[in-house]
Amino acid sequence: MPTDIQPAGGEVRELSYAEAIREALGQAMEADERVFLFGEDVGVYGGAFGVSGDLVHRFGTERVIDTPISELGIAGVAVGAAITGMRPVLEIQFSDFVTLAMEQIVNQAAKIRFMFGGKATVPMVVRLPGGSGTGAAAQHSQSLEAWFAHVPGLKVIQPSTPHDAKGMLLSALDDPNPVLIFEHKLLYKMKGLVPTDAYRVPIGKAAVRREGSDLTIVGTSLMSLKAEAAAARLAEEGIAAEVIDLRTIRPIDFDTVAASVRKTGRLLIVYEGVKTMGIGAEISAMIAESDVFDFLDAPILRLGGADMPLPYNPQLEKAAVPQEDDIVAAARRLKREE
Amino acid sequence: MATTEAKAAPRERANQRPELAALDDATLREALRRMHLIRKFEEEAENSYMRGLIHGTMHLSIGQEASAVGTCLPLQPDDYILSTHRGHGHCIAKGAEPGMMFAEFFGKETGYCRGRGGSMHIADVEGGNLGANGIVGGGLPIAAGVGLSIKMQKNNRVCVVFFGDGASNEGAFHEALNMAAIWKLPVVFVCENNQYGMSMAIERASAVPNVADRAVAYAMPGVTIDGNDLPLVAATAREAVDRARRGEGPSLIECKTYRIRGHSKSDRNLYRTKEEIELWRSRCPIRRLEDELVGHDRFDRGTLEAIEAAANTEIAEAIEFAKASPDPDISELTRDVYAN
Repeated sequence: MPTDIQPAGGEVRELSYAEAIREALGQAMEADERVFLFGEDVGVYGGAFGVSGDLVHRFGTERVIDTPISELGIAGVAVGAAITGMRPVLEIQFSDFVTLAMEQIVNQAAKIRFMFGGKATVPMVVRLPGGSGTGAAAQHSQSLEAWFAHVPGLKVIQPSTPHDAKGMLLSALDDPNPVLIFEHKLLYKMKGLVPTDAYRVPIGKAAVRREGSDLTIVGTSLMSLKAEAAAARLAEEGIAAEVIDLRTIRPIDFDTVAASVRKTGRLLIVYEGVKTMGIGAEISAMIAESDVFDFLDAPILRLGGADMPLPYNPQLEKAAVPQEDDIVAAARRLKREE
Repeated sequence: MATTEAKAAPRERANQRPELAALDDATLREALRRMHLIRKFEEEAENSYMRGLIHGTMHLSIGQEASAVGTCLPLQPDDYILSTHRGHGHCIAKGAEPGMMFAEFFGKETGYCRGRGGSMHIADVEGGNLGANGIVGGGLPIAAGVGLSIKMQKNNRVCVVFFGDGASNEGAFHEALNMAAIWKLPVVFVCENNQYGMSMAIERASAVPNVADRAVAYAMPGVTIDGNDLPLVAATAREAVDRARRGEGPSLIECKTYRIRGHSKSDRNLYRTKEEIELWRSRCPIRRLEDELVGHDRFDRGTLEAIEAAANTEIAEAIEFAKASPDPDISELTRDVYAN
């Protein structure tokens, strides 16, 4: 249960992550006629991962729009619609395909407001299913979020629970900036408690999932769940790990991370994207450049994706990204360091 | 630019070609004013660069004034355009203030983009110009989105997107035209074929002789016209704009034209001949229109000179405004990276 659940009225019941996203989309489209969903196979097919589901039957083909396989083009459509008063939600079928849309997202969406001297806004939301674990191999399994966190003008979020998936998508739709939501494909079927109301979970705020005094584990997306599971095992050994779900990687909630590291003196960062030049490097550097560095009792550890394309074979695929056992082992090692 | 069409061509216009007869005197006067503004803007932009007043590069549209102005003639003030890296002309044609343009060019706080965008990113969002673009073909998919937005909001507007012959070989061109066609979007695609993508001649870059030949692949009307003929450009654009406004979908217009100056300031013209440049200089769209107007007694030389002189004065004042304007404050360096 997130420690920061917003007080939200209405009933709370169990929904899957995919259902929570669909509920947010439905509520947003009911509340605001500017909101529309588009992308490849989001209509009667219901989305490649079933996220859009029945939305086309509820809102019609004019607001749930199937597009040709034209990632660059549809990203540009989102930009054009956003700067002229709409609130587009674009689904990129697999986040890997965003490589075809980089021009519009990086050169146009991220920069238009600044380049135009603040005289335009680009309130678009891009949903990107990513991550490994489905046997989809190297071109359908990547975690590319750090690329976009390198681009000023974009916001990048990675909700890890059904509750946050709904609340952060609704926050993204309120946001006047382009927001990219990286949704881990293995989360879609995961269930969790979700209020019926159209509540918001803020962008830019990390969540402390578990409190502890021995070390801090910062995780993103699916890795924060693995970190929670690892922390439960570590507790049995007498190691009290504090687990932070970063939730937003641009802008990073450094205050929450810093407060935790000041308390624990030890930091482990876990993320699925390739370790090199990744989120872990950024957080490590932020610690090293700040007064929090003085609170460290041990070197910072990073667990990230291996420096390689994602393999097909299931054993190899697992070995290429951090697993619960890796987190437990790293935490033990960190605890032993003096 | 709002225009008044002649209800019926007056008797004295009977011997004029229909494209010219369709334009009344006030419209022609405004079209000439804007073409002169563009020409003078570009010449003064070049002078300013030579005198060290501008630190970036620029892409001048001298010779291409008729396609910019003619295309924008049938547009309403709240219609949209998207422009290119060679976009000063489009901006003026859509009705922008040269003073705010020069201020942007000089990097001043009073510029259209507060000095943050410069020549390649001038946008006049209030005036319907959604921006020049530093990426070849960058505006094409955005135009499809603007078209979709217009259609969803049912606000009866039209979006014109300018692009060059070089952009027609980008994947964005195909994706944008295809989407505009399948969704019948109110978008007019205007290719200013100035025959070179930087140094690459269109004959070497494209397997078909005309960019508009590609319209058949998107089941939309496509025409190739003389882009230095203002009345013809205006008549062609009007048909496409009217069609888009009626909800009948997009069109592709190819304006064959020529940029008299190089691609940018680094261009030494190694890929084309002096003779070719001189030939096109003789096809100046402004002089051509003026000669036709005098030949048909629509205007006398004195009137034409007065229009040009007034445009020159307007540009001189615009430069003075830009020079006198303040630079942005460095304390506001990161302003507008994000909207609040």
